[in-house]
Amino acid sequence: MIIAEMKPIEEILDMIRSYQRILIVGCKGCVAVCSTGGPKEVSVLGSLLRIARKKEGRDIVIDEESLDRQCEPEFVDLAGDKVADADAVLSLACGAGVQMFAERFQDKVVLPGCNTTFLGVTEELGVWSERCAGCGNCILDKTAGLCPIARCSKQLLNGPCGGSMNGKCEISKDVDCVWQLIIDRLTRLNRLEMLEEIFPVKDWSPAGHGGPRKMVREDLKT
Amino acid sequence: MKEFEPKIIAFCCQYCAYAAADLAGSMRLKYAPNIRIVLVPCTGRIDVIHILRAVENGADGVLVAGCLEGGCHFVEGNFKAKNRVRYVKNLLGRIGIEEERVEMFNLSSAEGPRFAEIANEMTERIKTLGPSPLRRENSTEENI
Amino acid sequence: MKSGSNLERLLESGQFSVTAEAGPPKGTSSKVVQRKGELLKLCCDALNVTDNQTAIVRMSSLSGCVLLKEMGVEPVLQMVVRDRNRLALQSDILGAAALGIRNVLCLSGDHQKFGNHPTAKGVYDIDSIQFIQMVKNMRDEHKFLNGEDISGDVPFFIGAAANPFADPFEFRVIRLAKKVAAGADFIQTQGVFDMPKFIEWMKMVRDRGLDEKTHILAGLIPIKSVGMARYMRNNVSGLSVPKEIVDRMADAREPKEEGVKICLESIEQLKEVDGIHGIHIMAVAWEDIVSRIVEEAGLMPRPVV
Repeated sequence: MIIAEMKPIEEILDMIRSYQRILIVGCKGCVAVCSTGGPKEVSVLGSLLRIARKKEGRDIVIDEESLDRQCEPEFVDLAGDKVADADAVLSLACGAGVQMFAERFQDKVVLPGCNTTFLGVTEELGVWSERCAGCGNCILDKTAGLCPIARCSKQLLNGPCGGSMNGKCEISKDVDCVWQLIIDRLTRLNRLEMLEEIFPVKDWSPAGHGGPRKMVREDLKT
Repeated sequence: MKEFEPKIIAFCCQYCAYAAADLAGSMRLKYAPNIRIVLVPCTGRIDVIHILRAVENGADGVLVAGCLEGGCHFVEGNFKAKNRVRYVKNLLGRIGIEEERVEMFNLSSAEGPRFAEIANEMTERIKTLGPSPLRRENSTEENI
Repeated sequence: MKSGSNLERLLESGQFSVTAEAGPPKGTSSKVVQRKGELLKLCCDALNVTDNQTAIVRMSSLSGCVLLKEMGVEPVLQMVVRDRNRLALQSDILGAAALGIRNVLCLSGDHQKFGNHPTAKGVYDIDSIQFIQMVKNMRDEHKFLNGEDISGDVPFFIGAAANPFADPFEFRVIRLAKKVAAGADFIQTQGVFDMPKFIEWMKMVRDRGLDEKTHILAGLIPIKSVGMARYMRNNVSGLSVPKEIVDRMADAREPKEEGVKICLESIEQLKEVDGIHGIHIMAVAWEDIVSRIVEEAGLMPRPVV
C-alpha cells in the first residue's frame, strides 16, 4: 500500500493560517490502513486544529469527511456540497488523492495534510517499511523476491557493496542490507549461482526518468 | 477575584481507578472536588480523540487512571493508554498547550487513599498552571 | 599494453607495486595536491586521487589528477557512481583520456548520508561493476554504453575496490570474480588489519584463479593514535580492526611509532601472500609517513620499467 505520514502540525497550522472554514477530507484506502488519513485521523486532526485556533483566539469552522478513495473522480465528486462551503480543503490522502481533489475542484484551494512516504508493508502494528520503488520494470524474479531498487541504499544491482556488515546497511544499524537478505534467501533456495552473472545496466525510463507515466487499457476504456 | 477551580476529566478504568475512587468515598476520604470521573471498561479504550475532545471542550486537565503495569485485565490496555497519552502530550505541546495538563496514573482497586492523592496532586498541578489557554483567551466559560 | 600506464607496466612485469592516496583539498589550492605529489612521488608508482571521499565535497578528482600529471606523477583517477549518471561518467572518462590520465578506479562511493551534503540526491544510475564493464567496453570496443562508436582511443588501466572484511564473507570472492569478469585489471583492497581473515580470503581468491586474472594490491592504513584505531574499529562500516591492534596502540609509549611498526609488519606478511602484487597505502592526513614506511619496508627505490 501507499504509506504516508501526517505533516508536522506546525506546518499544517501555517498552511491554513488565513482560512476560516476548512474541510478536512480523509481517504479510506491506503492512508486509512496506515493510520494516517482515515476517518479517525480526520477527527483527531480536526480537534487538534480547533484547539490550536481556539488558543490563538481565532475561530475556525472545521467540517470533516472521509471518502472511499480519493484517487478516483467518482468518489471525490461526492464531497462537492461540503467543498462548496469551505475556504480550503485539507486532504489527508496520498499525493495522488490530493491532486485528484484539486483536479475535480478547480477553483478551490486544496492543501496536503500528509507527506506521502513510500510503497510498503505493515511489519507490525505501528511499523511500516518500504518494499517497492515503482520502477516500472520488476526484477524480483532475479533477486529472490527482494528488491534492491527499493531496499538497497545505493540501488545496486550487483551488490552488496563494501559497507554491508552483520547483515546491516552502512547507512544505519537499523537498516537491513537487502543484498545480505537476497544472498541468504538464494542460499536457502540453493540458487546462489544466480548472482555470479553480472546484472546489466538498468533502463530507468519506465521508472519515471522517461517522463510522467501513464497506463491505458483500451479494452476497459469507455 | 474568585480562586481558580480547575475542571479535570478523569478517565477511570472500572477495574482499578474507578473502584479506588469508590473506596475513597466509602473511606470518607476528602479530596479535591475538581475531578469529573468518566468510567471506562479499560484505559485501553481511551483513544487520542477522547483526550483531545476533553481539552477542546474546555477541560483544564485530563488524567487517565489505569491498572498497575502488569495488572491490566485485558493484559496490555494500560500500556496502550500509556503510549497514547504520550502521543497526545507531544501533539498538545507542539500547539502550545502545556503537556502537564494530561497525565497517566496507575493504581490498584485497593488504593482508595492513592486515588485521593492523585486527585489532589493533579488539581494542585493544574492550579499552578492556571486555566486552560482555551478558556483564558476568549473565556467561553459558560460553554464548558 | 591496455593503457601504457606506469602502474600497468610495473604490474605486468611482475614488480611489487606501491600506490598511495592523495586526497584533494576542500578548496581551490593546487598547492595542496602538489605538496602531496612531492611527498609521495619518489616512493609510489601511482597516486590515487579520491573522488569526494566519504561524500564530502572536495576539488574534483580529475583536476587533482591533472595537477599531479603536470608534475610528472602518475595519477589514478577515482570515480564514484554516487554523483554521476552514465552520461557524466562516460564524458569524464573521455575527458580524462584526452588529458592523458591512464588509470581509473571504479567505485560505488560512500553513501551521501555520511558526507557534508546529507540531503543530496544520490545518483546510482549504474553500479560499480557495470561501470567497470562500461569503461572496458569503451576501451576495447570503442563503444559507448548505448552501442554508439567512440572516436579515438580510451586507454585505461581499470581498477576496482574489494573489501574482504565486509559481509557476507563467503560472497566477497564471488563479488571480486564479478569485478574481474567485468574487466578489472587491478584491485585495491580495503585497509588490512585482520591478517588471518585476509589470508583466508586470498586463498579463496587463488582457488578461483582470480589472482592470475587481475593484480591485487593490499590496502594499508597507517594508524596515528589509539583514538583513530578505536574509531575505525567501532565506527567505520566495512573495516575490521582486531582488538589486539587497538590494545597495541593503547599500550604504546609512542603511538605513531607503533602505528608504523604495525604497518611494516603487515607489509612483511603481505609480501609472503601468494597473489599479492603490491600495496596501496591510505595515509589520510598523514601523507608524510608514507615514504618512511616504503623505505623501511625495503621497497625503495621504486623500479623503472
